[in-house]
Amino acid sequence: MKFIDEFRDTDLVRRLAGKIAMVSTRPARLMEFCGGHTVAIMRNGIRQLLPPRIEMLSGPGCPVCVTANSDIDKAIALASLPEVIITTFGDMLRVPGSYSSLQHARAAGGDVRVVYSTQDALQTARDNPNRPVIFLGVGFETTAPTIALAVLQAEKDKIDNFYVLCQLKLTPPAMRALLDLGETRLNGILCPGHVSAIIGTRPYEAYARDYGVACVVAGFEPVDILQAVEMLVQQVEDGVARVEIAYTRGVRPEGNVKALELMNRVFDTTGACWRGIGKIAESGLQLKNKYARFDAGLQFEVKLPQAREHAGCRCGEVLRGVITPFDCMLFSKVCTPETPVGPCMVSSEGSCAAYYQYGAADG
Amino acid sequence: MGQPMGEKILLAHGSGSRLSHDLISKVLTPVIMNPVLARMDDSAVMDMSGRLAFTTDSYVVNPIFFPGGDIGRLAVCGTVNDLSMSGARPLYLSLALIIEEGLDIDDLSRIMESVREAADEAGIQIVTGDTKVVNRGKADRLFINTAGIGLIESGADISGSSARPGDKIILSGGIGEHGMAVMSQREGLHFSLPVVSDCAPLNHLVAAMIAVSSNIRSLRDPTRGGLACTLNEFAKQSDVGIVIEEDKIPVHDGVRGLCELLGLDPLYIANEGKLVAVVAEADVADVLSAMRKNKYARQAAVIGKVTAEHRGRVVMKTRIGASRIVDMPVGEILPRIC
Repeated sequence: MKFIDEFRDTDLVRRLAGKIAMVSTRPARLMEFCGGHTVAIMRNGIRQLLPPRIEMLSGPGCPVCVTANSDIDKAIALASLPEVIITTFGDMLRVPGSYSSLQHARAAGGDVRVVYSTQDALQTARDNPNRPVIFLGVGFETTAPTIALAVLQAEKDKIDNFYVLCQLKLTPPAMRALLDLGETRLNGILCPGHVSAIIGTRPYEAYARDYGVACVVAGFEPVDILQAVEMLVQQVEDGVARVEIAYTRGVRPEGNVKALELMNRVFDTTGACWRGIGKIAESGLQLKNKYARFDAGLQFEVKLPQAREHAGCRCGEVLRGVITPFDCMLFSKVCTPETPVGPCMVSSEGSCAAYYQYGAADG
Repeated sequence: MGQPMGEKILLAHGSGSRLSHDLISKVLTPVIMNPVLARMDDSAVMDMSGRLAFTTDSYVVNPIFFPGGDIGRLAVCGTVNDLSMSGARPLYLSLALIIEEGLDIDDLSRIMESVREAADEAGIQIVTGDTKVVNRGKADRLFINTAGIGLIESGADISGSSARPGDKIILSGGIGEHGMAVMSQREGLHFSLPVVSDCAPLNHLVAAMIAVSSNIRSLRDPTRGGLACTLNEFAKQSDVGIVIEEDKIPVHDGVRGLCELLGLDPLYIANEGKLVAVVAEADVADVLSAMRKNKYARQAAVIGKVTAEHRGRVVMKTRIGASRIVDMPVGEILPRIC
């Protein structure tokens, strides 16, 4: 298939792996921030092609995984309101909140529908004019523009039964928070491909400059990832730290100006709670006052249970790259994709699910 | 009294009244008539002797019409294939319909035509049946149950627990076509990619394979859960390891594209016209060439082998030369979030 097969080319992969082994002389700790990268790395077995001195840690880049329990509880509470239709991306269904999940809320009679885009959610609102339709706005900069567009469209078309529960998060502030914590002592970051397609590379400049961390934006195929790793290793070997783009077919330094404009029109930044990291200033998005009537968080009153974390769950440390899923006592024993304890085992982009599903044959 | 065009199924069609009899005698049975069915007694009566295979399955696919088939074709092929995978020659089928009030009688007729076509192709007779009508909302347009009886004529003992180290794994063709064809039709997914269900009766293919080899250890059609599920079942039932090679597994471009877009893995997507065979190495060439003569297995290929290592697990050599575990599918297969 065009534009995919080229980036899975076995010869090219071997040559890149050979080059990395040749260039690399010192230990390098690299983090892939994005859950999509974690899955691609595990699914293709990319770690097995790297010399042992290159360590790949998984980061907090799975939107479902970093959604705080209290936020999931809120979505579940909304699903239990009479007449309300919840529309959501499929990944959110099985995520356990403090006491329940949307899947359970649906079984108990809640109207929870999986959609594939915000446009589908908007259509659900058009089709059910007498019922409130709430879209669960979970995601990063990749999802935010599509939600902004849906809100603007709802305003234009006077769809007054459409709401968004806005739990959107921003990537750069979380990266900085991780670097500030300093637990993982990173040499380089494999920067997210899709997020960077929206925000460009400017936000990463400060991390290269202030923390001396190499930053390379990567695509999602084996050749993309190995090329980015090679560029990171080269920087580490040269003792430099700068921002580079390996994913040039998807990402421009300035990002997607149109998408950024949309986001600025509809959202303000706000503090947000990240599972595993805690509250990070300016790391979330909320609807501007002008669009408050679409804000499900403001328009619906729900009683929330006291949020609680599951005992023994170490998703927080997994998300910060402090431990790998294998280090968690619950992993693959108590916590499996069928009976997930923490969110990292639920989402298809969660580290624990990726390690469980694709764990190296020899590991 | 004929059924006028555009008429819908009423609750009364299932009440045993004259309307029920009209439905059965004018819409349902004429399409699939045969001497056993024609007796119209409480049970079908057939003469049989030998080792019998007996299986049943219920079909609830949504939507009931999809590219490449419909629920009628599926209900025949699915049960025919289950019989075939035990090495049986499918002979007789039962057909039970649970119809939601309001179904178009024209749609029902189209589905009965598909049932007949698939049954004719497989050479199986529908000898008994049942029709129920339920209130609107109590079923989703149409559910079908079929049960099938077949005769095992060869001495072969084909079973998921017969795989041995050294055996080869053969796949009959491209994977994921049924699942993606249905998904592309489903509410909310408006793709127009030409992915067509592979729904087909495989009994003639299996007969051709058994004719050239008595060393077919295991046969299974990878339906729900896909190829990954079937291989894991073999590995666990036979207590062996299985190694497959990613670049040997045929996947239609449309399926790949749709899977890429939705973040799904074709290994886990349902098939309705494919089979996986575990075959002793010595017979592989004969089995493969017999398979490729059948129109449903032109792309048949060896995709891997059975090993004594990592018993109970399936490992895939990835395209780039690394390896990873292929696990059982988990829960509902959901599209990704970003």
